[in-house]
Amino acid sequence: MTEGTPLCPECDADVEIPSDAMENELVACAECGIELEIMRLDPIELELAPEVEEDWGE
Amino acid sequence: MRVALLVTHIRAEEKLILAAFNRRGISPDIMLDRELNFDISGGIEQLAPSGLAWSAYDLIFERCVSTSRGMYALAVLNSWGIRSFNSYETAAICADKVRTSIALTQRSIPQPHTRVAFTPDSAMQAIEDVKYPAVLKPVTGSWGRLLARVHNRDSAEAILEHRQTLGDYNHHIYYVQEYVDKPGRDIRAFVVGDRTIAAIYRASNHWITNTARGGLATNCPVTAQLDDICVRAAAAVGGGILAIDLLEDARGNYVVNEINHTMEFRNSSEPTGVDIAQEVIDYVIGQAEAVA
Repeated sequence: MTEGTPLCPECDADVEIPSDAMENELVACAECGIELEIMRLDPIELELAPEVEEDWGE
Repeated sequence: MRVALLVTHIRAEEKLILAAFNRRGISPDIMLDRELNFDISGGIEQLAPSGLAWSAYDLIFERCVSTSRGMYALAVLNSWGIRSFNSYETAAICADKVRTSIALTQRSIPQPHTRVAFTPDSAMQAIEDVKYPAVLKPVTGSWGRLLARVHNRDSAEAILEHRQTLGDYNHHIYYVQEYVDKPGRDIRAFVVGDRTIAAIYRASNHWITNTARGGLATNCPVTAQLDDICVRAAAAVGGGILAIDLLEDARGNYVVNEINHTMEFRNSSEPTGVDIAQEVIDYVIGQAEAVA
């Protein structure tokens, strides 16, 4: 694990966070593919993103 | 100008939109739909999640991925006189495929032959009226989910039974369209106000060509003919910032398939060479300034 790199709450892999990340941004875990939401930036806190609901879309 | 960006969460599009606002010297307040809690009769001076009164906002830019949350939030905010893009009326029509089809019909805009029925028996009749293959769609939905191309009566019976047994009441509204035998692609056109600013072809070997389902985006030239039908379709649903999905029929004529009111465009600026986010935000600011 890289120091300061957050872990995927699903598979425990390191999750790469973009340098311009924002709170409530969605990121994907490169290891297991699950979608995560950045709940806090300092320090970074990740949660599983909400499941897609039937009315989600454009 | 004070702007609220209403979101479910932040995606690539919202970051592009925020950057476009920033280039115009505006830093929108981001509001999460999960934090909204309106006193519907409480009026415009009640506090938004930002801690400011809603009356402090000149404009709401709605980008919720949750169609229902976004739509009802706009219903409340517009009822208080707060301007939004898009409006509640436009969102409500686009969120409902039946209402979209009605709106297109009222403006004589070409669309696939469409029927709506309310029971499995009448839906079977609707399917046979439009002839096989037919397409069944949920009245609310996106990203190509739960679409069914039905080739024969056996398949139709199975899908109708599943919808009636497993689906909630929304799935008991049977929206049935003729299948348009398109040339391996459809068109997604972006309308901002009264202009079609860009368009892409979405190509796929699958009959569902949404980029969310793997459709490949390439530039589609915006001809006068394409611009005309797109601008008229946008106006039919109330206008604003809209993505028009079109099919080309066997004779090469356009038919409007769907209209999206919180469009995704992350894959479309590069092939078209158009900064879609900036076009949208320049329009939004211009409209807000014109009213102020």
